[in-house]
Amino acid sequence: MYSNKFGRLMLGLYSRKQSSVCGVVQSCAGRSSFSWTAVCKQRTLWLQGGGCLTRQQHAVPSPISARSASHTTVDPDEVRRFQSLAGKWWDEQGEFAALHAMNDLRVPFIRDNLLSVHTARHPGKPLAGLRILDVGCGGGLITEPLGRLGADVLGIDPVEDSIGTAKLHSSFDPDLQDRISYQACTLEELSSEEEGGSEEQGVAQFDAIVASEVVEHLADLETFAFCCSHVLKPGGSLFITTINKTNLSYAFGIVVAEQLLRIVPSGTHDWEKFISPEELERLLESNGFSVQSVEGMLYNPVSGAWSWTNSTAINYALHAVKVREDPQPDQTKESSSHADHSAADTHS
Amino acid sequence: MHKLTKATLTLNGLGRCYNAEKHLSAVKIISRGLVSAERGGDSSKSEVYDVVISGGGMVGSAMACSLGMDPNLEGKKILLLEAGNKKVMDKVPDMYSTRVSSISPGSATLLSGIGVWENITKMRCKPYKKMQVWDACSDALITFDKENLEEEMAYIVENDVVVAALTKQLGTLSDNVQVKYRSKVVKYTWPMPHEAAESVPWVQVKLANGESVQTKLLIGADGPNSMVRRELGIPTVKWNYDQSAVVAVLHLSEPTENNVAWQRFLPTGPIAMLPLSDTESSLVWSTSHRLAEELLDLDEESFVDAINSAFWSNENQSELIETAGSVFRSALSAIMPSAGSPRQLPPSVAGIGPKTRVMFPLGMGHASEYIRHRVALIGDAAHRVHPLAGQGANLGFGDVACLTQLLSQAAFNGKDLGAIQHLLEYETDRQRHNLPMMAAIDLMKRLYSTNAAPAVLLRTFGLQATNMLPALKEQIMAFAGK
Repeated sequence: MYSNKFGRLMLGLYSRKQSSVCGVVQSCAGRSSFSWTAVCKQRTLWLQGGGCLTRQQHAVPSPISARSASHTTVDPDEVRRFQSLAGKWWDEQGEFAALHAMNDLRVPFIRDNLLSVHTARHPGKPLAGLRILDVGCGGGLITEPLGRLGADVLGIDPVEDSIGTAKLHSSFDPDLQDRISYQACTLEELSSEEEGGSEEQGVAQFDAIVASEVVEHLADLETFAFCCSHVLKPGGSLFITTINKTNLSYAFGIVVAEQLLRIVPSGTHDWEKFISPEELERLLESNGFSVQSVEGMLYNPVSGAWSWTNSTAINYALHAVKVREDPQPDQTKESSSHADHSAADTHS
Repeated sequence: MHKLTKATLTLNGLGRCYNAEKHLSAVKIISRGLVSAERGGDSSKSEVYDVVISGGGMVGSAMACSLGMDPNLEGKKILLLEAGNKKVMDKVPDMYSTRVSSISPGSATLLSGIGVWENITKMRCKPYKKMQVWDACSDALITFDKENLEEEMAYIVENDVVVAALTKQLGTLSDNVQVKYRSKVVKYTWPMPHEAAESVPWVQVKLANGESVQTKLLIGADGPNSMVRRELGIPTVKWNYDQSAVVAVLHLSEPTENNVAWQRFLPTGPIAMLPLSDTESSLVWSTSHRLAEELLDLDEESFVDAINSAFWSNENQSELIETAGSVFRSALSAIMPSAGSPRQLPPSVAGIGPKTRVMFPLGMGHASEYIRHRVALIGDAAHRVHPLAGQGANLGFGDVACLTQLLSQAAFNGKDLGAIQHLLEYETDRQRHNLPMMAAIDLMKRLYSTNAAPAVLLRTFGLQATNMLPALKEQIMAFAGK
């Protein structure tokens, strides 16, 4: 048993239970990925360039920016990468083990922040009556817990196979069948669907949006923020968990997590696409959101568990609220563009 | 139907089998790791429950009540399966039943939390304030009591009363707890691991009447010969004690403020007298199979004589032991002059209740794993102890309290109730508590099963010393009272 533990340490599989031999082999298999040198080069250039300001100007596609100026949030490379992992979502000791463990933090984070606004009327189902959109739901890892807590959840993901896995996994549970639904589409598609759709309901129909471990895989964050604002009710909540863009996050989030310990499959993350909480806050506030809280999260590879921490240097969770369109004169956080149909054209 | 080797489960079984049973070879373990799964078929017709509890005894019913009353689990579907009949007790029978349990304050707290303790006190229960345990082979004795005899130490309650009280409370919870009586389980089908996505992920339970149910979490509360545990192939450390317990209801010679529990360790096994009322007590006499049979064959008068002499006679004491005992006592009283207690004698017995003499075999059992994927064991299914410490039922109630709390928290976090993370936590918590207790009980049993001089001297000194250390006694009572 001792040698087993040591062996796992060397292979970089930190899980609480012994995983099967086949799982080890699969995670070591090569995946399409950035090479170390390419990422290092990009990173030094970014740091030299003084970083964040260049990101805002999407009109100038700089060679070092990993995000395109497209109006779609989807990056085809990312889609491909996740397509190959589509069947592995629900293996709690597999590639997505860290995400399963993250539920211990993010579900209470979402639940408690929603409950502070919408008081629970139903003891066994605290989120009953709320409509939640799970962007980039993958296999439904966070969709299902939210559904169990009583919310009506729609999970969307551009990777069709993941949606297939998610649908299959939730199909056995009669409890979830009524409350969870999945759609293989992108956020823009959904947002424009709403536009063309029924007039009486209006476009804003979700009480909350969850985009967990998603923004670091997106091609265009402006569009993302805009679409979120579009489909969210006024006063609705936006929950984002993602990774900060710092030296520390490079060291731990990429080098250690991907190359050394294989907590996530190699090539999952591109450091260029990480975003700092300050920048994210700026982005959201320019799209009609008011950031309520930012909390740091820390992963302990030995215990395989996450915990809240003061430092947002690596992982963090963010809660923002869509500003209500109140006719009150003193709005502390005014935003230039409210969620309007016409606002869509102002982007360029 | 096809079988698949579950590499994960096998490795788990091997890895966690630190208590491997002596006669279980590795081959058997691997073969027990095989899991059979049935594809789809008529599974869509059977209802899916959130929790199914197999076994409606004291611990199983308490689990059902506890889950049914938890606010975070409201709206969840819970099913209790009991092979026997519904036990209703509109009026408490005049005669006491022979099977009783000592309910610790911790268990009483759990029961009152689920609204059952009230029912019990309305029916019948006897609190006792003091416990005297002494040796037949020497003078050593130890008494446990709460400060100034104000609070109760524990309660003696008939098992039937507990079950009836639980049944009554379950009747009020029919919204989310369903109970099926006279349902015997014939087959369990265990779910496949996550990788095999197409098959039904729930535990399937097939009943004798042909019905089938599915559940996200199966709780096995089906007693020391648990079918759930057997079907899972969980390695169990167990041995028979070559002892049987003779139980009876005793009529005392004269009414007394019967609030002391008495236990004397004879070389053949401990004899205990537990108070039921001012005039009656319950007898639990653990002794060898042969002696137990003899006791059952005796006529009433001889049986009563045997009991009285077991408690009162000093024939087992040799001179050496007596001298040694008194030397110890004087030495100890030199160190701690105020401690120690005088020996009291239990009340004498005049007769026994009609048709109440029964015997049952005793053994020890401990499942090396309390949990599997979507399954948890509680109560005697997980651990079986000698009655000498009165802990069997209390360990079970402790399991109920722990598991309920963990499931409640898991539900509040939106987790799948059968997920292994919180089940592992339950196992760790309870094993940490149960194993020392079981080891202590087994040690006591072995230590007191002999009248060889070294063992007697050791235990005499140990008992006397412990008796003189109130701090240590308080620790023991606290541990046993959980």
